[in-house]
Amino acid sequence: MPFIPHTEQEVQEMLAAIGAASIDDLFDEIPASLRLSQLDAIPSALSEMEIEHLMNKRALQDGQPVCFLGAGAYDHHIPAAVWQITTRGEYYTAYTPYQAEASQGTLQLLYEFQSMMVALTGMDVSNASLYDGASALAEAVLMAVRANRKSKSKRILMPRTVHPAYRRVVRNIVKNQQIELVELPFDPHGGHTDPAVLEQYQGEDFAALVIPQPNFFGVLEEVDALTDWAHANGALAIGVVNPLALALLTPPGEWGEQGADICCGEGQPLGAPLSSGGPYFGFLCCKQAQVRQMPGRIIGRTEDLDGKVGYTLTLQAREQHIRRSKATSNICTNQGLMVTAATIHMALLGSEGLERAAAACFGNTGKLVDALGAIPGVTPLFDRPAFHERVLRLPAPAGSVLRSLAAHNVLGGLDMSRDYPELGDAILVCATEKRTEDEIAAYAEKLARVIQLQGGVTCGLVPKE
Amino acid sequence: MLIFEQSKSGRYAPAQSPLDKADLSSLPEQFRRKRSAALPEVSEMQAVRHYTRLSRKNFSIDTQFYPLGSCTMKYNPRACNSLASLPGLVSRHPEAPESHSQGFMACMYELQEMLREVTGMKAVSLSPAAGAQGEFAGVAMIRAYHEARGDSARCEILAPDAAHGTNPATAVMCGYKVREIPTGPDGDVDLEALKAVVGPQTAGIMLTNPSTLGVFDRKIEAIAKTVHEAGGLLYYDGANLNAILGKVRPGTMGFDVIHMNLHKTFSTPHGGGGPGAGPVGVSERLVPYLPVPMVTRDGDHYRWLTEQDCPESIGRLTAFAGNAGVLLRAYVYARMLGREGMPRVAEFSTLNANYMLKQLQSIGFQAAYPQRRATHEFIITLKKQARELGVNTMDFAKRLLDYGFHAPTTYFPLLVPECLLIEPTETEDKATLDGFIDAMGRILEEAKEDPEMVKGAPYTLPVKRLDDVKAARELDLAWRPGSN
Repeated sequence: MPFIPHTEQEVQEMLAAIGAASIDDLFDEIPASLRLSQLDAIPSALSEMEIEHLMNKRALQDGQPVCFLGAGAYDHHIPAAVWQITTRGEYYTAYTPYQAEASQGTLQLLYEFQSMMVALTGMDVSNASLYDGASALAEAVLMAVRANRKSKSKRILMPRTVHPAYRRVVRNIVKNQQIELVELPFDPHGGHTDPAVLEQYQGEDFAALVIPQPNFFGVLEEVDALTDWAHANGALAIGVVNPLALALLTPPGEWGEQGADICCGEGQPLGAPLSSGGPYFGFLCCKQAQVRQMPGRIIGRTEDLDGKVGYTLTLQAREQHIRRSKATSNICTNQGLMVTAATIHMALLGSEGLERAAAACFGNTGKLVDALGAIPGVTPLFDRPAFHERVLRLPAPAGSVLRSLAAHNVLGGLDMSRDYPELGDAILVCATEKRTEDEIAAYAEKLARVIQLQGGVTCGLVPKE
Repeated sequence: MLIFEQSKSGRYAPAQSPLDKADLSSLPEQFRRKRSAALPEVSEMQAVRHYTRLSRKNFSIDTQFYPLGSCTMKYNPRACNSLASLPGLVSRHPEAPESHSQGFMACMYELQEMLREVTGMKAVSLSPAAGAQGEFAGVAMIRAYHEARGDSARCEILAPDAAHGTNPATAVMCGYKVREIPTGPDGDVDLEALKAVVGPQTAGIMLTNPSTLGVFDRKIEAIAKTVHEAGGLLYYDGANLNAILGKVRPGTMGFDVIHMNLHKTFSTPHGGGGPGAGPVGVSERLVPYLPVPMVTRDGDHYRWLTEQDCPESIGRLTAFAGNAGVLLRAYVYARMLGREGMPRVAEFSTLNANYMLKQLQSIGFQAAYPQRRATHEFIITLKKQARELGVNTMDFAKRLLDYGFHAPTTYFPLLVPECLLIEPTETEDKATLDGFIDAMGRILEEAKEDPEMVKGAPYTLPVKRLDDVKAARELDLAWRPGSN
């Protein structure tokens, strides 16, 4: 019997000790009318060899196209050591460290994770992670509403430059708590949230302003002006950041005069494979003043009976298993294993390695935009500085161009028409440090051919100089 | 020693990042950070050695018996990890087109179907990222259902006093008030108390069955009838699904919505506290509200169902499709169990729990509900030992660590004083259970002969008992340059 170790003799000994005639007798408190006899729709068991055969086939079926897609999930190099260590049984099969003395490995690692996130973001404290970037932003919004005692409004300013899926997730999670999300338009030339659009809201009551950096278009926002506007108007500033970009960019703790109050984001660029969108991890950092409003697990350093340093779950009085209906969130877990990987990843790369990876993403995306922008009719849409993503307008229907590219084993980017129809035939592209010059050149060549075949522009195949 | 304390300025692991540093001159200075982040500066081997050594300070299923009640710490088959990590699966981008996703989507579709069958629900969405997010999805669907019918007076969610803390916390996140229902002396929900409080204000009830008291609520059909007649819906917290897998279906019990914890029942790793996965299943009337995305099949082609296809959906709760890698592990596990293996999960986890309960009773421990069958878990109460010997549940728990066993769940559920909630799971053999029972017996003897020794436990772990009060009063949540 797969994964069940009992011999028939042991079963009989155990039943005798219990005083039951059969295993079935152990279910005699369940009304007979409820008992199930068949599971017809479930296939018969497979051996490991058989399921391996099936999974190999399915994995091969999906191919491994060259990835120029980003849009919240990025194809980065992950050192081999990261997942070899992370999948050690001692990390992989442990649970939430309730028994601190028997969990010092996970607890110290989480404390190191929190320390690394504090270093990267320039904030005072970090929790031990949430589900993903989108749900972390929802938790940050809820936290801001609790923490901002000056505001009575439960209104949040949410730029349209925030990832569309994040905005949906925030709405879905907070809508039953009477929180109102007020959308801010973006500047059509810069692709950023022009601080001037905030003037119309001057003097109104908002709990928080959300500030993405970089934003969904890859564009860098005027974070200092936005943060200062929030503080001047009694709102908290919530940064939504890419942690890898922070190796290069001003950390949220240093935005404007006082720094952001809360920052959150998607941890995937730190050691999590693309894996169809999850598991990733969300992170959430804040200023010391807000720590008791923070959701999720938090690890603290303390001492044992002999004065020896040790680590433990702390501030548990915020959490659901103690506060129940008055908890800061219903959240129980963090994404422990993903954070284990992220911590090892950050230790292996260090700030020098992260800077080099981030700089290579910035450089490669620049090369990609140059190569694709040389194709007649392909134009970069926004003129402000960007990190590692850019929006390009195409001279042919974006959906059909991307399908043709996929048929040539290239994931050419994200079709923007679903979420930003006003941009026309536009795609969001990304080239991480993993993309080579050959791959970029091949993409440009294929895109030129596809566009020509689709009749977008009647020009030759050779990119313009 | 922290990784930061091994740091030396200028050291890093050059093999792990691009050799040439790209030109940043086109990135304006105003956006750039002024100082590098103070991350550790260590070699590759230092990092590998540090985190390998740290791992050895953990108890885990792979190294110890881990009978943590309500957490289902069963063996996590290694094949689930290696097959979910195949290159074609682990490198799939979440926005990859359907043309390059059919293999992955086939796994997701079949997992939806298997979970649907084994829970007896009408449809399943895999997308919630964890049990608590599944709970949120469930209660949000209950709310959407009532709102769609214009039934706006329903403002209250009922939950037994034995419920997991997530139940009331979730109800509040969905904008409901929570009313607790007392438990009767036999461990079942107090049906008369329930009848007294249901009414036109009742949106639904959140139940775990078997409950966190380790017993199957025998009056579940009457509870369902009572709540349904009042116009409320029934929510099933799948925390204890392991106890009834393949034996009883929540759909048959009358539940309208259920979440499953795949990291429990379907053996995906707990990972030191996540990631989990919390798929939801629903009865007919809640199908339109299921969270997206889901996978459907048109002939031979698998297709995503998103907001566009499901306009009444409560929407998405994570940016993409939930914890896909966890779902793949659960899929592999479910296929290896097959239809024959699923009921065996319930049978052998129940056999193990009842055996442990009987043996612990026979050496002097008191069951919380001695007149009841155990399900896949059970509660013993140490209130007698606490009163007579001054040795409490936490002391027993810490001393068990010295014997090489992870402690059971302590002080939960809250209504049983000095309790241990013990869940052995089906994957442990009799000798391991006997070893645990023997250790409990020895600790009982130690508590009688030398209670102070037991109260000082543990002695054999990397640290002795930790000062939680100091941790909370003198918050130290991050290492900083210059701190020791």
